[in-house]
Amino acid sequence: MRHRLRPYRAIISARFRMLLQYRAAAVAGVFTQIFFGFVLIMVYEAFDRSTTAARPLPFAQVASYVWLGQALLATLPWNADSEVRAMVRSGAIAYELCRPIDLYNLWYARAIALRTAPTVLRVVPMTVFAMVVLPLIGLDEWRLAPPTLGAGLAFACALVCAVMLGCAITALINISLLWTLSGEGIVMVTTSAVSLLSGMIVPLPLFPDWAQSVLQWLPFAGLADLPFRVYTGNIPLDALALVLARQLGWTVVLVAAGRWLLARGMRRVVVQGG
Amino acid sequence: MNALRLYGRYTAVSIRSQLQYRASFAMQTIGVFLITSIEFLGIWALFDRFGQVRGWTLPEVALFYGMISITFAIADAIARGFDMFGAMVKAGDFDRILLRPRSTVLQLLGQELTVRRVGRFAQGVLVLGYAIRYGEIDWSVPRVLLFGGAIVAGVCVFVGLVVLQATSAFWTTESLEVWNAFTYGGVTMGQYPVSIYRSWFRELFTYIVPLACVSYLPGVAILGRPDPLGTPVIWQWLAPLAGPVFLVVCLQVWRFGVRHYRSTGS
Repeated sequence: MRHRLRPYRAIISARFRMLLQYRAAAVAGVFTQIFFGFVLIMVYEAFDRSTTAARPLPFAQVASYVWLGQALLATLPWNADSEVRAMVRSGAIAYELCRPIDLYNLWYARAIALRTAPTVLRVVPMTVFAMVVLPLIGLDEWRLAPPTLGAGLAFACALVCAVMLGCAITALINISLLWTLSGEGIVMVTTSAVSLLSGMIVPLPLFPDWAQSVLQWLPFAGLADLPFRVYTGNIPLDALALVLARQLGWTVVLVAAGRWLLARGMRRVVVQGG
Repeated sequence: MNALRLYGRYTAVSIRSQLQYRASFAMQTIGVFLITSIEFLGIWALFDRFGQVRGWTLPEVALFYGMISITFAIADAIARGFDMFGAMVKAGDFDRILLRPRSTVLQLLGQELTVRRVGRFAQGVLVLGYAIRYGEIDWSVPRVLLFGGAIVAGVCVFVGLVVLQATSAFWTTESLEVWNAFTYGGVTMGQYPVSIYRSWFRELFTYIVPLACVSYLPGVAILGRPDPLGTPVIWQWLAPLAGPVFLVVCLQVWRFGVRHYRSTGS
């Protein structure tokens, strides 16, 4: 088993080290995301103060939800792996096919690096800012509240599952490139679906009540909404098993779909540029 | 050839070259339309749950949203040359522009008129249509003129921001993502009336980057409702003038930057 996993570990760590080089971009990204976090929180605060009706997500939890979203933005599967795209276009995909390992696993491993490395650079400064600095500058009610020990551990599990699910979606986007080459159409539809249905545009509980059952059972909720609400305690700890089951269930379905599509795509692949 | 005709030639060439890739062009336009529409769906969801935001209704917010979307779409389309300026400095291509006997600003504006921005533009027009259909706007000739003026002034502010972003590349040889906070962040901010924000944030976008002067203040005057911030009506009508003033200041900074340009020499 260890022997079989070794090439994938090597791929993940090589890609990871490569992606960690973009540190200046990460600093600029943190600034921009803090800014967006401020705007979003002020908007939600204004809405929250405008009603006396019951709120499905109290404002303090919305603030934490927003900061988690800003810090973990890069884990979401909103684009294709740019190297895979270049390979499909240039014909270098032929080399990928020559490697003595499973292509789906290879692309899945690349996706893990793509979704985690940029996040690792951003998550620490973002968390320090949202959790520690905000209360110090008098914006206590906007902060990322520290989770309880139980919720923190549960969140860690749900986050791992969210990344696994996100990588299955990333792999699907990559595979779609075998048909479309440029992938612009698929990527844009996926970006829209992911950002709306994962809760990145508006936290899912704030959508109309009639939409909740659909939103919660689609695969996208597992990318951000479910783990974030586990963190804030909006989803109680005893419901954790159901959350993880939904995330892993969708991961299994999407991995199976990806493998099936890849096998079909490979039968008709045309290597460009000879 | 005068400057305007030359710009016309530049854009004609640019549009023709972009329309060579029709399928890609259509995809990108539809994609931008889709993504911005989904953003508005989010705003609709919030209103569906909360009813109103600090006394503002959805059709009123739609007016601000439509104005800032249309403004940004136009600015983003015409200022693309400045947006890509970092890459130009890096490659040393700016030297060629300096050698030509025309102003650098004209040549950079002429680099590209990004046609696919019609996706955002169209979405902004649709949202604006909703605001007009379901809002209670009492249109009059002066108000229509104010609306047009606010759009032009808003384009000035966004172009000014992109010019500042490009100017910073003279020192960093890299287009800085930090500016996105003001451009894209400014768009997000401007989708709602600024009265819902904290005062320090409002003041930043009124006195330093005058986006509130070209969207919120004229918007309030067009809606004809009293401003919760208590600004006098005359100030609401005159505020868009801040847009051209901001652009002039930005162009002065640009000139200063050009004088200090050192080629990367490659």
